Amino acid sequence: MSRTLFSFKGGVHPPGHKAESNTRPVHAAPLPKKLVIPLRQHIGTPAKPVVEVGERVLKGQLIGAADGYISAAVHASSSGVVSAIGPAVVPHASGLPDECITIETDGRDEWIAHAPLDYRTMTPADLRLRLRDLGLAGLGGAVFPSAVKLDPGATHPCPTLIVNGGECEPWITCDDVLMRTHADDILQGVAVMRHLLGSTEILVGIEDNKPEALDSMRSAAAKLDFAVEVVAVPAIYPGGGAKQLIETLTGKQVPSGKLSTDIGIQVFNVGTAHALARAVHHGEPLISRLVTVTGHVLRPQNVEVLIGTPMHALITLAGDREGTTGVLMGGPMMGMPMPDPEVPVVKATNCILVQSNELFPPLPKALPCIRCTRCADACPAVLQPQELFRFAKAGDFGRAQEYSLFDCIECGCCSYVCPSHIPLVDFYRYAKSEIWAREKEKRASDLARERHEFRQFRLEREKKEKAEKLAAKAQAKRAELAADPSASGAPDADAKKALIAAALARAQAKKAGVEPKNVDHLPPDKQHEIEEIEARRAKIRALARQPLEPEENP
Amino acid sequence: MLTAIWVMVAIAVVIGLVLGWSAIRFKVEGNPLAEKIDAILPQTQCGQCGFPGCRPYAEAIARGEADINQCPPGGEEGVKKLAELLGVEPKALDESHGTPKPKSVAFIDENTCIGCTLCIQACPVDAISGAAKQMHTIIAAECTGCELCLPPCPVDCITMVPIAEDLPHWKWKAPVVMLKKVS
Ligand code: SF4
Ligand code: SF4
Ligand code: SF4
Ligand code: SF4
Repeated sequence: MSRTLFSFKGGVHPPGHKAESNTRPVHAAPLPKKLVIPLRQHIGTPAKPVVEVGERVLKGQLIGAADGYISAAVHASSSGVVSAIGPAVVPHASGLPDECITIETDGRDEWIAHAPLDYRTMTPADLRLRLRDLGLAGLGGAVFPSAVKLDPGATHPCPTLIVNGGECEPWITCDDVLMRTHADDILQGVAVMRHLLGSTEILVGIEDNKPEALDSMRSAAAKLDFAVEVVAVPAIYPGGGAKQLIETLTGKQVPSGKLSTDIGIQVFNVGTAHALARAVHHGEPLISRLVTVTGHVLRPQNVEVLIGTPMHALITLAGDREGTTGVLMGGPMMGMPMPDPEVPVVKATNCILVQSNELFPPLPKALPCIRCTRCADACPAVLQPQELFRFAKAGDFGRAQEYSLFDCIECGCCSYVCPSHIPLVDFYRYAKSEIWAREKEKRASDLARERHEFRQFRLEREKKEKAEKLAAKAQAKRAELAADPSASGAPDADAKKALIAAALARAQAKKAGVEPKNVDHLPPDKQHEIEEIEARRAKIRALARQPLEPEENP
Repeated sequence: MLTAIWVMVAIAVVIGLVLGWSAIRFKVEGNPLAEKIDAILPQTQCGQCGFPGCRPYAEAIARGEADINQCPPGGEEGVKKLAELLGVEPKALDESHGTPKPKSVAFIDENTCIGCTLCIQACPVDAISGAAKQMHTIIAAECTGCELCLPPCPVDCITMVPIAEDLPHWKWKAPVVMLKKVS
């Protein structure tokens, strides 16, 4: 190949374990009895349910509408009846429940009417809106709504489009298999991306440990009417990370705290391109995806899975074995432990990795950091993991942030090489979520301060306004009295007294007017009740007066 | 000799003038230290510190009239931050002002509310909406959980509801790695 490749700093070479799962043919997983479809599967605002319990839905029917710009819709993966809308356990490390729509499938798998989109004649904004409503989100793992990424805006032209077929994480082979079997579809999706982004250079990066995928993508690319360069990149973890792939292919580094679009590059996963092609050419929403089921199972394989299928069903399909110790969603380096094997497959599920003690022996006890800086050598984000660890452990999050904690991609290279077996990434995740929580708290307290200050200002203003009004009234009354010949000659004090007397008389009259008329001859229980209320009122009055006292006589 | 003295005097006068002028020109409005302390306080405005709000407490600390450990909502961490800012030793929270509680928001039982507006008058951040003889309700996003609306309510219809942990608010726990002792 003519292209000169660059290499990024750091990285590790964990054993690949790809051959286990990428040789078996791809099947569609059987239709489960129950689909649990979370409303929050993407980054951004969760979808809003638009169906009701008891409603019959068809395959591909919209059940959760996108809510806002950074959001994506969710759809029924098969036909059936909505049996519940509410919290259910979702694939998240916390094990907390989240809003889900549960569908009892009827086995008929009946599609709703759908038609291809004529993307060339639609305006880009309309097309993006349609894609958002078809639930498109990044299938590489980050699940960012694709419609947003396909909006170059006025300030971010993306001359370079990179399609990520790196799949550097061990054990996972779903992208590999997808490229082998659906290269044409992937490139159809790429054509739509090119149309929306106006990219002039299109690169597909595939690690050189996937020769079949490279061949199949190259022959598919040769059939296109625009240039797509399929590039073999050296296999090194995390070479398939977006920033790392950009550096390998173009030599450009995404600056700290910036997005790749700031340097004119947009990256999409091959799975996303495939889903985009299904959406545009068939009008199908994102209701299924390819999932690698591997690790401690009898028949590791890739399956086409409906979103919402319980992971447990897939593990049974692949043949569960004795000695299972846990289930990871994702690979061994960045995967999340699942709270329960019954959690559903979501748009982010690229791999279900079943663990056992032989395959994934528990880490030996962590030893203190010996500051060998092996982690720093391995870190692809050019960080100082040992320092980040020190600050995170001490709770010194400000310093961790100064050391660019947020550039950490949680790739796990540092933990992988650490001779002391320190679970470094856990510390970074902890530090990041603490910082986010603090920022949220800070925003809340700023709001409270602002509102409190405004209230003080309002009370002050009301007091002043009242005083002014009273003064004006008194002035007017005095002028009136002065003008009155009968009162002329009366001293000022008398005028005031007259004013007060008049006001008193008015108040008395008013009071008599509102005096309750139905309190005479009350039955004793009612009388008792009234007394009780009076007592409570007195107490409140006393309470209300209390905090004022220190101010009155400081 | 005399020239040297004159030169010194001249320099002193010039510098004195510059200092005097900058003291007027660059005068800082308000109390910058109180400002910094106020930025650390949690702004719950609950008055548990013995002052009518966070700002007066901040000013009292700045004047040296109040200790740094009187704010229960701020907790030990708040005390630590104040100690750091003021360059003093952190100390334990003064329990006589109260103990930290889990973050909560007020909730009005709308069937019992008689629309007396007493709680509105008590709320330091205007987080209650309602009108005389109308049902009142709490704007949860703006409630600081100060509990000041509880005592005035004549029908005791306000309760504090702890904020439940949900996915967007979930935090990774601090990893507990028992670092093995190497002897
Ligand atoms: S690799 Fe482990 S022991 Fe070495 S410096 Fe990094 S954290 Fe410390
Ligand atoms: S997890 Fe973060 S700190 Fe560790 S190697 Fe990866 S990017 Fe660097
Ligand atoms: S005790 Fe309450 S009013 Fe006082 S500083 Fe703390 S939050 Fe503010
Ligand atoms: S609603 Fe009640 S608890 Fe909430 S801020 Fe207002 S007075 Fe405090």
